[in-house]
Amino acid sequence: MSLEQNETKIMIIFTAVVLLMPIWLIPFGASYPDLLQKFAIFGIFAIGFNILFGLTGYLSFGHAAFLGIGSYSAVWTFKLLTMNVIPAIIIAVLMSGIFAALIGFVSLRRTGIYFSILTLAFAQMSYNLAYSVLTPITNGETGLQLAQADPRILDNMIGNTALEEGLPSTTLFGLSMSGYSGFYFCAVIMIFAFYIAMRITHSPFGLALRAIKSNQVRMMYTGFNTRPYMLTAFVISGMYAGLAGALLAVTDPLAGAERMQWTASGEVVLMTILGGVGTLFGPLLGVVLIKYFENIFSSFNHDLLTEIFSFLPDVLIEPVVGVVGLFVGEGWHLTLGALFMIIVIFLPGGIIEGIGRLQKMIKNRNETHLKSKMPQTQESI
Amino acid sequence: MSKKILDVQGVNKSFGGLKALNEVVFDAVEGETHAIIGPNGAGKSTFLNVCIGKLIPDTGTVMFDGQLMTGKQPHEINQAGIVRVFQTPEIFQDLTILQNVMISAFSKRDGEYRFNAFTSMLSENKLRQEAESILEDLNMESMLHDHAGSLSRGDKRRLELAMSLIQKPKLLLLDEPTAGMSRIDTNRTIELLSKIKQKGITKIIIEHDMHVVFSLADRISVLAQGHVIATGLPDEIRKSPKVKEAYLGGESHA
Repeated sequence: MSLEQNETKIMIIFTAVVLLMPIWLIPFGASYPDLLQKFAIFGIFAIGFNILFGLTGYLSFGHAAFLGIGSYSAVWTFKLLTMNVIPAIIIAVLMSGIFAALIGFVSLRRTGIYFSILTLAFAQMSYNLAYSVLTPITNGETGLQLAQADPRILDNMIGNTALEEGLPSTTLFGLSMSGYSGFYFCAVIMIFAFYIAMRITHSPFGLALRAIKSNQVRMMYTGFNTRPYMLTAFVISGMYAGLAGALLAVTDPLAGAERMQWTASGEVVLMTILGGVGTLFGPLLGVVLIKYFENIFSSFNHDLLTEIFSFLPDVLIEPVVGVVGLFVGEGWHLTLGALFMIIVIFLPGGIIEGIGRLQKMIKNRNETHLKSKMPQTQESI
Repeated sequence: MSKKILDVQGVNKSFGGLKALNEVVFDAVEGETHAIIGPNGAGKSTFLNVCIGKLIPDTGTVMFDGQLMTGKQPHEINQAGIVRVFQTPEIFQDLTILQNVMISAFSKRDGEYRFNAFTSMLSENKLRQEAESILEDLNMESMLHDHAGSLSRGDKRRLELAMSLIQKPKLLLLDEPTAGMSRIDTNRTIELLSKIKQKGITKIIIEHDMHVVFSLADRISVLAQGHVIATGLPDEIRKSPKVKEAYLGGESHA
């Protein structure tokens, strides 16, 4: 099977799976627009992060800064120009691209842990600035919000001023961007983002990035100037983060500084590692898993647990609910932490590695059953 | 006499108090195989490191193909046409053998940077065929999709040679290409290197094994204590009293 046929096949299946999420996630109780939007948006964030971390091995600990810059840019575009989401997205991606070029240019002077620290420092700097000095732009602690009195120059120009009570809402040429339409909009963009990431991975440029991860010094003696390669990867992944930030603002038009905090940067690292660094689908699996846990597990409370364990004898219910209760509700981070540790220790390649091992096990069993050797599928390049 | 492709003048390099290279004067003529021999610690590897830009000499110049190489970045020197095969194989362990060779081919075709993120590797048929044919020459065509990290040391060396050859270097630097090889592998390597010689690639080769040196070299230079003490045809070097002294005299030689 050639790579191109493979790509087409992957895209068809991927598109179907993503667009049908509202249906097949019903049994998991995850089929509501808010959560689905988060899957798609953080999916974009993680795909972009993986272009940097997965391909080149450079671990950025400050990607949330670009998420924040994307959100702020988008909200400002809503305030100043129009409630249509297209200009907001374009401006957000450009702005985060510019910031990524600046931060990347400085940070990429170092490798390894020093690079990570530099990116972390930049992100924390952005976070603190957003809270203090930049309050006129970011509206500090309150967060940047829409107001009825915003100029919205473009909207006013075309006479689209029919303002009802309350705040205007984001639209795609009249289509409201909340609920399921918001999800489908984000999902289509995510599918497109995934396609671009896949093309990059399968390109000579992507191969060069992987070679940098493998042996950067050798790349120099092979005649490559590795710095611009790294910077390009950094800017692309920063733009992905900006796009995700813009979509966060599209589905809920406000931007706060906490979006740039280091915990947000850490979360995307966690998602990528949990799913499988450097794989196409891994980061997305990580996103779905973490966002699912965050939303579902954290909503479990004492009463719900008592109901679930009501089949147990009465004496046992209280202690069991007490122990399990530690891992859900407010304590869902405990579950996440345990899961993360188990995966890193036993499956360093993430969930994707686990799936690969399962497939191999099943295949081996089938082979011994059939006593015939299946043809080896060989990866072409 | 044909044109000097590499011309090194008065190169000095010190590490602290140690003078690793002392007024080194060296040249390589287009198409020749020039061997550098000398006792351990004579500065042979340091000299190659200066040639490829890994080290910057304290004084002196390296001219290559009419251009000044001193102070240039390693990738610029590679793009100019000087390619080195390392003593301990330097390859991309996580990539397949074919990918290793393809990467070198891209460097030759695309230069030091090119943003070709939307062309598929599959449309690179021409380079791929070139890579496959070079690997075939080295009897590695059966392992195209193996991971380079899983190769034996000898195979890694052959892979590195393939990576160098696809770049069609003007000057190939070989650092002890047969070190640690069995006699059979050594002879195979000699055969391979003489094949490359027929293609007219200029080579500088560092080697301890005199059998290899005298079967391949057109000229030999002898380095001792960072200084070139003699340069000449193999027969002249064999008879030179100075060389005998450097190897057998005061120096302790393993």
